Amino acid sequence: MSASLVELHDVNFAYDSRPILKGINMSFQKGKLIAIMGLSGCGKTTILRHIGGVLKPTRGQVKVDGQVIHELDPQGLYAMRRKMGMLFQFGALFTDMTVFDNVAFQMREHTDLPEEIIRDLVMMKLHAVGLYGTQDLMPGELSGGMARRVALARTIALDPMLIMYDEPFAGLDPISLTVVGELIRRLNDALGATSIVVTHDVQESLKIVDYVYFVSNGAIIAEGSADDIRASGEAFVKQFVHGEMDGPIPFHYPGNDFNTDLGVHA
Amino acid sequence: MNIVGGLRGIGKRVVNAVWRTGYGARFFVMTLRYSGMSFRRFRLTVREIFFSGVLSLIIILVAGMFVGMVLGLQGYETLKRYGSESALGSLVALSLVRELGPVLAALLFASRAGSAMTAEIGLMKATEQIDAMELMAVNPIARVVAPRFWAGVISMPLLAALFSAMGVFGGYVVGVVNIGVDEGSFWSQMQASVDFQHDILNGVIKSLVFGLAVTAIALFEGYDAPPTAEGVSGATTRTVVESSLAILMLDFILTAFMFQGA
Repeated sequence: MSASLVELHDVNFAYDSRPILKGINMSFQKGKLIAIMGLSGCGKTTILRHIGGVLKPTRGQVKVDGQVIHELDPQGLYAMRRKMGMLFQFGALFTDMTVFDNVAFQMREHTDLPEEIIRDLVMMKLHAVGLYGTQDLMPGELSGGMARRVALARTIALDPMLIMYDEPFAGLDPISLTVVGELIRRLNDALGATSIVVTHDVQESLKIVDYVYFVSNGAIIAEGSADDIRASGEAFVKQFVHGEMDGPIPFHYPGNDFNTDLGVHA
Repeated sequence: MNIVGGLRGIGKRVVNAVWRTGYGARFFVMTLRYSGMSFRRFRLTVREIFFSGVLSLIIILVAGMFVGMVLGLQGYETLKRYGSESALGSLVALSLVRELGPVLAALLFASRAGSAMTAEIGLMKATEQIDAMELMAVNPIARVVAPRFWAGVISMPLLAALFSAMGVFGGYVVGVVNIGVDEGSFWSQMQASVDFQHDILNGVIKSLVFGLAVTAIALFEGYDAPPTAEGVSGATTRTVVESSLAILMLDFILTAFMFQGA
């Protein structure tokens, strides 16, 4: 069994007094591709932000590569982040830079590599995501799927040990969806990285991941391999995986009784 | 119950105002602290000077020209009553260099470049570009904020100087070319009455202070904007309003120190 790169121990987090994460325990093993699934607003992205050191848990501990990330000083945190890459939901490409400059951004900021080598590296990264030839385009000239792939090339620019994906499949057409899914798997294996995918796209992610955590209301309610999840008897997981209307997740937002509010008495 | 609610509302506003002031001050100190990159990689600052300074040139030059022309017309009409038309050059130059140049150029800079800075940084935040930079171990204050700050501080006095120069030219066109004031007295009176240290240097100091205030407000509002369309739009409006008020307030304070009793 390979060692863990990221570990969350009893992580609790609240915005003001509203609890978002409630006693989360997770372990992300090196070289694996792990998904965190759940409904929108269940706390998935908050978990990623804790791993990236953007948020600090109100209780508990987040360890990355053996170090408690929220106890690092700013220099230590930045040094740790250089070993990470994060793909944002809509790419978060720098809109005032070309595709080339976006991918070269970290290389220029963190290394003293000469421009010729940066050029070759950028072309290799773009080739890896199938977008060689787009280097002179601006982000506004790219389709949603292409922008996501450029962002992916930027994410892997410095060959990170940990890659985090925040809803990488959101808003993609079926072809782009398969392409991005395949790329995530292939890049993880080729780079020997550890990848964490936050998503609610069950079918696409179950095809590529090694392990899945299911989060609901800030707590883990199920975990296991893709096959375990497909075969799970847990009501929430069943409803989520098969996209059923009936189940523990109600269709209606909790509120006052509709008939009472309308003044209709049965 | 209503009194308690009202008091709670006032308390919340006061706490928010204090918190925001503290956050703004901390943001300003951080901007100064992480300004090293703006000078080590000066091309980052030059790029921002182009966006905030060079692209503001048209509005500054055109506005300066018209303000100078109006000064020429109004000044001539007033001075004529006292038979002092020859002092038109002094009136136009002193009004522009001491007051109108720095103040109006700063107001135009706040509307044109300040609002653009706020909107750009607010949108970078809304589209997670700032977060992405942070997670790429690049300090957004050093990389995004500080170069824009210094670009604003450098651009503002230059724009104010160009505003005043165009204003003097506008005054010359109306006063000398159009109305027929004697050209020799227009320029010689101007030369005799405008003092480099007392008038020009004080004007430059004013525009530096205005540039610092406008840019700091614009960048803070952008950085603090809620990441929504409404949030960015509100922040842009606040930049223009707060900058304009800050310029006028600072102008009074600076004028009182610089020219009182002169």
